[in-house]
Amino acid sequence: MNDTPTPDTGAPILRSVGLRKSFGSLDVLKGIDLDVKRGDRIAIIGGSGSGKSTLLRCLNFMERPTGGQVILDGERIGDARVAKDGSETITYRERDLMAVRKRVGMVFQQFNLFPHMSTVENVMEGLVTVLRRPKAEARERAAQELARVGLGDKLDVYPGRLSGGQQQRVAIARALAMDPEVLLFDEPTSSLDPELVGEVLRTILSLAEDGRTMLLVTHELGFAYRFATHVIYLSDGVVHETGTAEEVFRNPQRDKTRAFIARSSEFSL
Amino acid sequence: MGYQFDFSMVIKILPVLWRGVIVTVELTIACLAVGLILGFFVALLRVSPAAPLRFVGRAFVEIFRNIPALIQLIWFFYAFPIVIGAQLSPFVAAVLGISLNTAAFSAEIYRSGIQSIERGQWEGAMAIGMSRAATFRRVVLPQVFRRMLPAFTNRAVEVAKVTSLASVLSVHELMYQGRVLSSTFYRPLEILTTVGLVYLVMIYPMTWASAAMERRMRRRA
Ligand SMILES: Nc1ncnc2c1ncn2[C@@H]1O[C@H](COP(=O)(O)OP(=O)(O)O)[C@@H](O)[C@H]1O
Ligand SMILES: [Mg+2]
Repeated sequence: MNDTPTPDTGAPILRSVGLRKSFGSLDVLKGIDLDVKRGDRIAIIGGSGSGKSTLLRCLNFMERPTGGQVILDGERIGDARVAKDGSETITYRERDLMAVRKRVGMVFQQFNLFPHMSTVENVMEGLVTVLRRPKAEARERAAQELARVGLGDKLDVYPGRLSGGQQQRVAIARALAMDPEVLLFDEPTSSLDPELVGEVLRTILSLAEDGRTMLLVTHELGFAYRFATHVIYLSDGVVHETGTAEEVFRNPQRDKTRAFIARSSEFSL
Repeated sequence: MGYQFDFSMVIKILPVLWRGVIVTVELTIACLAVGLILGFFVALLRVSPAAPLRFVGRAFVEIFRNIPALIQLIWFFYAFPIVIGAQLSPFVAAVLGISLNTAAFSAEIYRSGIQSIERGQWEGAMAIGMSRAATFRRVVLPQVFRRMLPAFTNRAVEVAKVTSLASVLSVHELMYQGRVLSSTFYRPLEILTTVGLVYLVMIYPMTWASAAMERRMRRRA
């Protein structure tokens, strides 16, 4: 990431170095270098199948990278083993990956709420089972998070009774309750009816005002421009172009980026 | 048909039939409890990431659901004692035979339930730092029980019916009492008809409940 003004500077909170991921013979990520500082908001854009989801999922280890490193707050994740020929392989212990996921939250396209739990129970779940908070305290915290996303009056409602936009806001509250240092969004509005997109985007923007560190995969380039401090254009598993939102959207340096942005009909600055 | 119906003695035999009903209910509950618990662990084998464990689970299921329950009962009463060197009571042999059969079928219900839970549920839970075990316990299983309740109720219906096989081991359940009474009174038509009706009264509510649950779930889906 280049040195443009960001809300905060200093050591990166999340880095990837030469991050690779293959599924069998399919190389999806071909060496991604990423530098996320506290307070950065990074929009990841790119065509379908370019590896955007895979990149996010490797950063919180929903998928295990097949090469390269992820460094969270200066700490490399995984145990490196150097083979006789000098090559290095990294093995991951589930326990360590769980610890990472506590600190790097994720919001999914399909919400993935627990349908058998009320909204407040959904948000409490991580507090109680992962952070071992007492139930009463967890419930209070969950209620605060739900109020923050505008659902303070829906505590005891089940997800099945909520609109898609409301469900996604519950999912955001569920992630926020864990106090993540970084929050990942994978196309959070792609499965929503158009009239429900706005409320979710507003919620995400309000998190930006709080100075949250976020990575967001989106097709809504107009929103990406308003949201992001930095933009990454991913193509064929590599970072094809990166820069500030201003640079990438207003003045893309490479033809492919320019063509991609021009193709996105919804992008009007 | 010049047959003279005589249902008057049915009143007299009711206390005996009632004792049979109690034993049938006991058998059903015992077999269901053992079958559902054992079946759960067999299902865990079936979905295990370790191939040898999956094989053991699979073998259990195929053996105990493809050998007729009647043969299993008789085997446990007459053959199993030779293996262990001790006689089993007819009740215990019946419970063993029927439970293993029930476990095999229940395991398949659990397994299909577990596999029907979307991957997103695992991911939603793991993304907040939950372990696989915690996810299974807190997120997956509760949904499996809900989703599979009609199937489990159907299984309970089958178990209640299949307990009648225990009469061949002289377990004093409803069918056994019916057979003894009908040969004592020489009134098989009245007595066995009554026995059939008693089964119907016991079992139909469960069948109805299962169908009602299925209807309700389909409406909600
Ligand atoms: N679990 C998986 N197994 C096999 N292939 C996968 C898997 N996940 C993603 N892929 C493949 O990786 C490529 C990139 O996928 P993805 O990261 O989802 O792209 P994007 O989010 O940019 O649309 C696609 O070709 C996709 O089919
Ligand atoms: Mg994607």
